[in-house]
Amino acid sequence: MALPFVWLLLFFVVPFIIVLKISFSDIDLAIPPYKPLLEWAAKHTLTIKLNFDNYAFLFTDSLYLHAFVNSVKVAFISTVFCLALGYPMAYGIARARANVRNVLLLLVILPFWTSLLLRVYAWIGLMKANGVINNVLLSLGLIHEPLTMLYTPFAMYVGIVYSYLPFLILPLYSNLEKMDWQLLEAAQDLGCRPWQAFYKITLPLSRNGILAGSMLVFIPATGEFVIPALLGGPNALMIGRVLWDEFFANRAWPVASAVAILMLILLVPFMMWYQSVQARESAGAR
Amino acid sequence: MNQRMSYFILACMSLGLAFLYIPILSMIVFSFNASKLVTVWDSAHSPTLKWYFSLLNNEEILDAAWISAKVAVINASGAVILGTLAGFGLARFHQFRGRFTLNAMTTAPLVMPEVITGLSLLLLFVAMEQLIGWPAGRGITTMTIGHMTFSMAYVTVIVNSRMATFDTALEEAAMDLGARPVKVFFVITLPIIFPAILSGWLLAFTLSWDDLVISSFTSGPGTSTLPMVVFSKVRLGVSPEINVLATLTITVVTAAIIGVNWFVARANKLDAAA
Repeated sequence: MALPFVWLLLFFVVPFIIVLKISFSDIDLAIPPYKPLLEWAAKHTLTIKLNFDNYAFLFTDSLYLHAFVNSVKVAFISTVFCLALGYPMAYGIARARANVRNVLLLLVILPFWTSLLLRVYAWIGLMKANGVINNVLLSLGLIHEPLTMLYTPFAMYVGIVYSYLPFLILPLYSNLEKMDWQLLEAAQDLGCRPWQAFYKITLPLSRNGILAGSMLVFIPATGEFVIPALLGGPNALMIGRVLWDEFFANRAWPVASAVAILMLILLVPFMMWYQSVQARESAGAR
Repeated sequence: MNQRMSYFILACMSLGLAFLYIPILSMIVFSFNASKLVTVWDSAHSPTLKWYFSLLNNEEILDAAWISAKVAVINASGAVILGTLAGFGLARFHQFRGRFTLNAMTTAPLVMPEVITGLSLLLLFVAMEQLIGWPAGRGITTMTIGHMTFSMAYVTVIVNSRMATFDTALEEAAMDLGARPVKVFFVITLPIIFPAILSGWLLAFTLSWDDLVISSFTSGPGTSTLPMVVFSKVRLGVSPEINVLATLTITVVTAAIIGVNWFVARANKLDAAA
């Protein structure tokens, strides 16, 4: 068991310590483009230069704050939409007959196995000015000039909900699958209306599934890069994209590291929440 | 369920599935379109296979696909070994030091935004190169290490959940009959969890094959993977060759998924019969 442990320690935990370190160092016009944190000063004493400039910079330029707030907003709204569409789907799959259920599950899993990049690319073809949606609507006479959809916030939401929907459905399904449906019959025998029974029994019992699925959407969507880069247009400020540009376009490694650290501070509580939900869920299963 | 509720569920299900499949179907249809405009159907010359031939003659894409294939195969094999060990350990040993940490470390990569993982891995490789001279530069090795780190987490989850439904009496019986623990693992445990390992390998392969962000951070000059080439093309607009690539990918994935599902269903049936 030591091998995976050591591997993750070396390639998953140690890197974050280095990111933390570099977020405190100066930008340098060298390769690699940052200055060392520890330096031997002239009197042969080791000095540590902690530099908060990168963080100060992030807080003074409103672009970064705006990107953070916008990412959380986009991720949250996308999660709500995923839930609104995904919950009925997961519920339907869980209550379907066994052979229908397997086919439906396969249909939900299949897109998840196909390249995200290619599936996001498909939306460019659907949503651009002379794309499929506009051409269909124009030929039906429903609109008279093409709608602007691509490179708008709308396109970005569609892309995120589309890409992350299976991540929400699958944990929710495996939670609902374990449900004792006789509880609903009992509630109805006692005079509960179907919607009331759903609200009072199904919804509370599927709480862990809802939380796990939502977290699997919300956390990665906050740091999403590909979807805003391809569908969101130049003004789609998402923090994952800011980090990417700081790193690749500006070669500002320390600033990119500071962005990563702030993202982690924001997301780690949600990750811990996810983990405790998962632990409760698997404890309940046994 | 009452009538009204089941209509509502049915409507959501149809809407959701249409939402998931319309983009995929549109790529397949337009891969046979003759027009360079991609989304404007040229009915005079379509359907055609010309973009299929042009893709198969595109050196840049073929080279990138070869690099992606190499990384994906090494990654999947490594991730399966690491992930099986981790999943086995988490399922079998409930009390060991570091269990909580291992658990946290195997779930975190599942949700961690890729830009963070990618950046941190790159900074690690740069620091290691300065410190011990390895890895010298970045390329296939560093990309594979990066991919293994997040795909082993998926394998761990799959193996762990298969282990949860495992009848330990089989292992105990073998031990009572005098088999050593290592032999028990290879003769009893491994064959039973094999379907999980197979799905884990395929998932790890796919994750690596599709990865853009972590590859971009950890690759070096001259080692562009397929998603990196596709991304730079797609940024310039739609291209008929990408539709062809998508159609081929979807065909292979569908065949593989149906094949594995059949295999796993058969293995489960044999389980139940035994």
